[in-house]
Amino acid sequence: MIRAEKLTFDYAKTNEEGNVESWKRAVDGVDLEVRSGEFIAILGHNGSGKSTLAKHINAILLPTEGTLWVDGMDTKDEDKLWDIRQDAGMVFQNPDNQIIGTVVEEDVGFGPENLGVPTDEIWERVEESLKAVGMLKYRKHSPNRLSGGQKQRVAIAGVMAMHPRCIVLDEPTAMLDPHGRKSVIRTVQKLNREEQITVILITHYMEEVIEADRVIVMDDGKVVMQGTPREIFSQVDRLKELRLDVPQATLVAYELQKKGFPLRNGILSNEELVEELCQLKSKM
Amino acid sequence: MIRDITLGQYYPAKSVLHELDPRVKLAATLIFVVSLFVAKGPVGYALATVFLGIVIRLSKVPFRFMTKGLKSIVMLLMITVVFNLFLLDGDVVFWHFGFLRITDRGIRTAVMVGIRLIYLILGSSVMTLTTTPNDLTDGLEKLLSPLKKIHVPVHDMSMMMSIALRFIPILLEETDKIMKAQIARGADFESGNLIQKAKAMIPLLVPLFFSALRRAMDLALAMEARCYHGGEGRTKMKPLKYESKDRTAYAVIWIYLAAMIVIGYGRQIYGWIPFI
Repeated sequence: MIRAEKLTFDYAKTNEEGNVESWKRAVDGVDLEVRSGEFIAILGHNGSGKSTLAKHINAILLPTEGTLWVDGMDTKDEDKLWDIRQDAGMVFQNPDNQIIGTVVEEDVGFGPENLGVPTDEIWERVEESLKAVGMLKYRKHSPNRLSGGQKQRVAIAGVMAMHPRCIVLDEPTAMLDPHGRKSVIRTVQKLNREEQITVILITHYMEEVIEADRVIVMDDGKVVMQGTPREIFSQVDRLKELRLDVPQATLVAYELQKKGFPLRNGILSNEELVEELCQLKSKM
Repeated sequence: MIRDITLGQYYPAKSVLHELDPRVKLAATLIFVVSLFVAKGPVGYALATVFLGIVIRLSKVPFRFMTKGLKSIVMLLMITVVFNLFLLDGDVVFWHFGFLRITDRGIRTAVMVGIRLIYLILGSSVMTLTTTPNDLTDGLEKLLSPLKKIHVPVHDMSMMMSIALRFIPILLEETDKIMKAQIARGADFESGNLIQKAKAMIPLLVPLFFSALRRAMDLALAMEARCYHGGEGRTKMKPLKYESKDRTAYAVIWIYLAAMIVIGYGRQIYGWIPFI
């Protein structure tokens, strides 16, 4: 579905006169392969290059070196630009700054309008996408009256209406409260499971990563860790080195292990921790 | 809530007016405004009142939403009414002091001008409350589309307008937020003379412009990511098509205007006014 080979991106730092002072490498030789239908989470602290990588998938940025293919289309191919953007939709961080329409349904219709979809089909797509994110009853509302989580779900519906095969979400929950965060993540998971949409979720909330098929950790423009959530979170020391948090249950288990309790590695959720502790207690 | 300003704020409801073609509503508003200026005498104003009353009723928008728009013109209204009331010459003088006087013509004109202004705002509020800003700009785009032939970027202009409308409430709220943040840091927006007040606005305007530009960049990115590439090859989710109810509405509004003209100018044209 998505394949990157030695993807590198430099951006210029300019001084006050607008002259280029130095080049900064934001993404540094990343190789990546995402299969159709996968749920990928990309982790990394600020400035690790994860957002820059995400913008390449939508052809908003073009690689300085290396190549990125979306569904076999090279993102440097200008003739394919709109196909790529339709195929790989993107949801951004700030919910206010990506809603164009003044009514929810008009915003969802914006993408299909741009693609030149016939009117009747736009209506079908709008209805179906709003239903998929659970926002159908708000279709006539003004986006200004929605909560942050609801706005993000509308933004996701806006992307879904373009019938993409892949959605890239660039820290979609960073500006939301815990409740909104949960609703957005649940929506994304549902789309992944039920509609087989490939999801690339960029985040720094560890709780959102647990359900992913694969986690990619980035640091300083490079991919430094890759694996299932369980594999990644069993390496608590390494994550701490990379200035990343771990889910709370994992952290508790880790600290208990250090104190000499024989708990297994890679505990992710509270339920798992409780179960493990109960087993331990019955053995004692 | 600052997000609830009436200008360009749509009131969602299901009514005949909400479903009319925006072009009809734009034309009708224009015709209504014209009718207010041809209106003469109590009969004309009575007809305008009845017409406006029916339209407001049909719109299913609570009346208090309409009056919100009036608040902004209270000052203008007061000034015009007061000037007309005290400064106009007339046949019968009820009261006078120096150059100030209240006359029969003064009273009549003041009342007329007052009503005219109020109806003007109410009439256009009905339009903006029952039409989404997008519909409105769509309507304008379609009405102005002949200008495309002389290379006027009609689509781009209407797109800019609808985006501006969408961001007005957001930026207003942001202004409010920045203002509070600055006040919390000891900024003083209230006291001082005009120049000091203007200077006090700088710490408000600079961050506001900054954030508006950042928003604009984000939005441009989001629009591009959703395949926006200008008006070419674009289809419409809600294409404008006249239906029978739109034709009926046109007929009603033209009949109304004709009636207003007959009432207003009947005497000059035919030497008599019907119905009186």
